[in-house]
Amino acid sequence: MTALLALDRVVKRFGLAPAVDDLTLEIRENEFFALLGASGSGKTTVLRMMAGFETPTSGRILLAGQDITDTPPNRRPLNLMFQSYALFPHMTVRANIAYGLEMERLPRVQIASRVDDILGVIELAPFADRKPDQLSGGQRQRVALARALVKRPRVLLLDEPLAALDKKLRGAMQLELKRLQHEVGTTFVVVTHDQEEALVMADRLAILKDGRLVQCAPPREVYEHPVSRYAAEFIGGINVFEGQMAAGILRLSDGTAIAAPTTLPPGPGVAAVRPERMRLGAGENTIRGTLRAIAYHGQDVSLHIDTPLSARPLTLRLPAGQTDTPLPGAGETVTLGWAARDTRLFPA
Amino acid sequence: MHEPARQRLMLMILGAVFAFLYIPISVLVALSFNEGGLPTVWTGFSLKWYGALWQNADILAAGLNTLIVALISTALATVLGTLLAIGVELRRHRGRGLEALIFAPMIIPDIVLAIALLSFFSLLKVPMGLPTIVAAHVVFNLAFVCAVVRARLRSFDWAIVEASADLGAGFATSLWRIVLPVLAPAIVAGALLAFTLSVDEFIIAFFTAGAGRSSTTLPMQIYAMIRFGVTPEINALATLVLGLSVTALALAQWLNKGRLPGQ
Repeated sequence: MTALLALDRVVKRFGLAPAVDDLTLEIRENEFFALLGASGSGKTTVLRMMAGFETPTSGRILLAGQDITDTPPNRRPLNLMFQSYALFPHMTVRANIAYGLEMERLPRVQIASRVDDILGVIELAPFADRKPDQLSGGQRQRVALARALVKRPRVLLLDEPLAALDKKLRGAMQLELKRLQHEVGTTFVVVTHDQEEALVMADRLAILKDGRLVQCAPPREVYEHPVSRYAAEFIGGINVFEGQMAAGILRLSDGTAIAAPTTLPPGPGVAAVRPERMRLGAGENTIRGTLRAIAYHGQDVSLHIDTPLSARPLTLRLPAGQTDTPLPGAGETVTLGWAARDTRLFPA
Repeated sequence: MHEPARQRLMLMILGAVFAFLYIPISVLVALSFNEGGLPTVWTGFSLKWYGALWQNADILAAGLNTLIVALISTALATVLGTLLAIGVELRRHRGRGLEALIFAPMIIPDIVLAIALLSFFSLLKVPMGLPTIVAAHVVFNLAFVCAVVRARLRSFDWAIVEASADLGAGFATSLWRIVLPVLAPAIVAGALLAFTLSVDEFIIAFFTAGAGRSSTTLPMQIYAMIRFGVTPEINALATLVLGLSVTALALAQWLNKGRLPGQ
């Protein structure tokens, strides 16, 4: 499959510091793609370059094979949903949505029918004649989405689309965005710092760090097979044990050998394992520690365990339904185990 | 001190301050309606002094001059001041000093500005008259319009301009359909303020009007008349000017939602 939107060795410098450093990405047609990174990772700069508000210092941006690197934003068939929504405060909802179509000089009748259609899709028809300051945060977010979608862009760019919503609404909107993407059949590129959001929504996600690509893969692959310690720690929780690689085996500070499906060159290395892959009791890999606290989350229970083998307390996640057997009490010594195939090794 | 007593004292002080501020103005307004025309005796309500104004050709000519100067200088200052405010805001990262220079005419004493403009026009051998008064008024009005618009721009979300471009608008379209409408209340407020300032401005107009009666403005006319004593006619005229100024300022405040320049 050829890429719909591609970044080809893109560099963007502000002053001397590169905000985006030699980034190559390919986004496919009808894909829900997430750009994930901490603040300062360059993810918003990437989105702004796609939209045309920033020009790359070097490299090219291609849309369906055509070079759009120097095309101004108003001539790009891409639309951006702004983090602040950037609704026009002096216009009604209807006028906000119609604005982009008026710029295309479409006939009045056609504009009206397309605006009505999209108002139906986002379920805001009763609010069509309100001004933005008379809407709730969630409604404003939907107007911003509709205003960008009504143009039928080749790619819809979304800058932290859910950041301004409260937690409950955010969960609902994650699914809503995905449903909408299927319904309109458009390629979505979402920028987010929320890894859970990216996991839920994206077909594929790219993790950025300091303007560089860390990993680009489907969520499951990033979660199961992170390419680096950074990727492993960024997506989901993970327990990390530091040690030394020698003769293809990682040994922790107390000499424990860690069984793993892969190996590393000699030198310092870390073993990482997801909290839900650990069990109470011995396994192919076994560790001892002191139970510090138990936290009940409803659907599962997490155990926090101190061990000299890890700089941070370990987390162990057990489904709440499987803990009929009494859990150890705080202060007790516990044995933890996990399978060799659940171990990931990374250079330190 | 007891709380109620303290509050009574505060109210009394407040009342005294307002009395000090507004009793002279109230007296002036009242006397403009005094039939007898004497400042010491109230003989009955009458509009005859307003009628007398209407008969006075000098006052009518001066009033017309004032309107011409105020309207033209306001129009020029509004266009230039708004564009200046937008330009300064877009380049705000360099140019703190630039900003101080723009707002200086608001702070420089009028008499200094008046002498400076007089010298400047003389040096360039510009014939003085209404056009020079207009130019002089644009100098300080520009600063006031710019200040009012700048205050609004501080809370202006530039993302909406990017959104406009993203939706397909060119720069001119974005300016016309997004930036100007959102700034409109501040622009109108700035214009009303400029108009008010221009209508009652005396010193600068006096210095830049040149010789001859043809470019006499209303404040200059009042000054000329007052040399022979305060007449009820002057009170009536002052009341009219007051009414105009208060209306324009109230409108400006309301449009700007109570924000003053610099706030």
